Amino acid sequence: MTGKTLYDKLWDAHVVRDNGDGTALIYIDRHLVHEVTSPQAFEGLRLAGRKPWRVEANLAVPDHNVPTTDRSRGIADPVSRLQVETLDENCRTFGITEFRMDDIRQGIVHVIGPEEGATLPGMTVVCGDSHTSTHGAFGALAFGIGTSEVEHVLATQCLVQKKSRAMRITVDGPVPEGVTAKDIILAIIGRIGTAGGTGHAIEFAGEAIRALSMEGRMTLCNMAIEAGARAGMVAVDDKTIDYVKGRPFAPQGELWDQAVADWRTLHSDPDAAFDAEVTLDASTLVPQVTWGTSPEMVTGIDGRVPDPAAETDPVKREGMQKALDYMGLEPGTPITAIRPEVVFIGSCTNSRIEDLRAAAAVARGRKVADGIRQALVVPGSGLVKQQAEEEGLDRIFLDAGFEWREPGCSMCLAMNADRLEPGQRCASTSNRNFEGRQGPGGRTHLVSPAMAAAAAVTGHFVDVRTLE
Amino acid sequence: MEKFTKLTGIVMPLDRPNVDTDAIIPKQFLKSIKRTGFGPNLFDEWRYLDHGEPGMDNSQRPINPDFVLNQPRYQGAQILLARENFGCGSSREHAPWALLDYGFRVIIAPSFADIFYNNCFKNGILPIVLDAETVDELFREVEANEGYQLTVDLERQTITKPDGTVIPFEIDEFRKHRLLEGLDDIGLTLEHADEIRAYEARRKKAAPWLFVHLSGSV
Ligand code: SF4
Repeated sequence: MTGKTLYDKLWDAHVVRDNGDGTALIYIDRHLVHEVTSPQAFEGLRLAGRKPWRVEANLAVPDHNVPTTDRSRGIADPVSRLQVETLDENCRTFGITEFRMDDIRQGIVHVIGPEEGATLPGMTVVCGDSHTSTHGAFGALAFGIGTSEVEHVLATQCLVQKKSRAMRITVDGPVPEGVTAKDIILAIIGRIGTAGGTGHAIEFAGEAIRALSMEGRMTLCNMAIEAGARAGMVAVDDKTIDYVKGRPFAPQGELWDQAVADWRTLHSDPDAAFDAEVTLDASTLVPQVTWGTSPEMVTGIDGRVPDPAAETDPVKREGMQKALDYMGLEPGTPITAIRPEVVFIGSCTNSRIEDLRAAAAVARGRKVADGIRQALVVPGSGLVKQQAEEEGLDRIFLDAGFEWREPGCSMCLAMNADRLEPGQRCASTSNRNFEGRQGPGGRTHLVSPAMAAAAAVTGHFVDVRTLE
Repeated sequence: MEKFTKLTGIVMPLDRPNVDTDAIIPKQFLKSIKRTGFGPNLFDEWRYLDHGEPGMDNSQRPINPDFVLNQPRYQGAQILLARENFGCGSSREHAPWALLDYGFRVIIAPSFADIFYNNCFKNGILPIVLDAETVDELFREVEANEGYQLTVDLERQTITKPDGTVIPFEIDEFRKHRLLEGLDDIGLTLEHADEIRAYEARRKKAAPWLFVHLSGSV
């Protein structure tokens, strides 16, 4: 008998019943809720006269619509305000724990789950948000769901699921200095494409992954969805356990010991078989920058904007041409010659303390370049913000000419007031460079926090390792 | 949920790969707390020449005559023909809501993003995966023949072309069943409430820390 993959173990532990038709009823341990994808689900519950099955399994937070400027003035946009108020109201009515907009613990849902210990190894974690894959960094089975499924989880604490295929992406080799988790995941997506992981649950493994911090692993798993996989995961090790220990909702005392013993089993068995295997050598990687309108349109900082004429597949060629037209880029342009006007450091991909430290290390003692109209730093949560301020990172950013904001999704998707103007070019630490993602007509280049900060202080993309 | 059995309808071709959910329904419309009314903003950024915001009178906005959705020959289309990785990006169910609200009941593509594919079934939309060559051929035929229609029969799992050619398609049995019957997923799951409770009891013994209340006590 062959061994089990981590995904098999997580799946097996959560099967409530096998439906006998290729699907199973899967138990959900943690349900995270935000304001955008939940109102219709609560409405559905109410209309059907149903109540949450296990109210304490839910944790809610407003993040997409919240302003990142002075919160005391509330939300100016009445439509956004109504959505946040609707979440408050629903949580109050149904008795769900919520970190409200003025709570220090408020932040991006995928930052606060781990931060609070509400995300634990071995859990099934879902949220009406595709970047729920982030939580897989803890050896959890975490994936995004639609609003109908949000309602389903609220009402039954379960989901009907078909098991995915298992894919392992092994990243070997030491990671060169200056190359981060963001560069690794962008390189992976560049290799396998945005549909490369479709139908699969991805386990990230190998020396380079083991070497990543928990923050780095979250960045990696966050973008599993950008590789087409609903779930990304990393096996549990000492780093996982150290990170979870002492978090507000983490188990304590005897329960802690019992939990840790269980978590130690959360890895793929040596003889486990995967449906697909990909390997990547990290030692040759350089910092990555996207040039197009899909995360797979990416190259190294030492690269150039590619030429669609060289692409043989006609559908791809046209896609590339459309992307270049939208991005306002000429084939052959060196990446280092591209000049952003806006820099955004934030989002559930890169807004944790380690990300802010990396960006601050570059910004320290430098000034935002003249051509940069706006450079935003948006911490992932109120607690990240507080810690950064204790470490003096806010001063470094402010002295360099960055803006230091309140936590939320912000310019990652521009549902609040933070957005690009048409045609504006942005160096962004977020996860999607789709057309209009950061504002209608906005042009997004995805990079790591250090690379974003380097672009801010030089006015163009530059290999952060070459800065003095 | 609305049932899906059989449909004959006009086909609209959308010839780009990786159409993401931000393109299907831009984020400013996600602020709605309703499930309906998204149809006029389907593909908003491609469809209109100005920038759309919630609350605008869409009938007064300048339309982009080049975009397929605005071409007279595709008015009333119920079948969307698309390219690979359709529906990638965010998990927003507003995307299938917008497609449905506009009138699409079937989407044909070489591949779909997982969450979107799943969300379609929850809303009575049938996403059909066909191999890239067949999709290519359909694109050619749709573009060459004004008023091109297909008949989609879920029970028989077939698509019938105007010339009578039949294209079979695959679909998971459970998905087919639910769509044909228009079943309420939550109601079905709650029929197994005892099994859910039994699971919880077992699990609470084996992994009690999972049942720690967020407030701290068990
Ligand atoms: S930060 Fe961006 S990707 Fe993350 S949850 Fe918010 S909007 Fe989604």
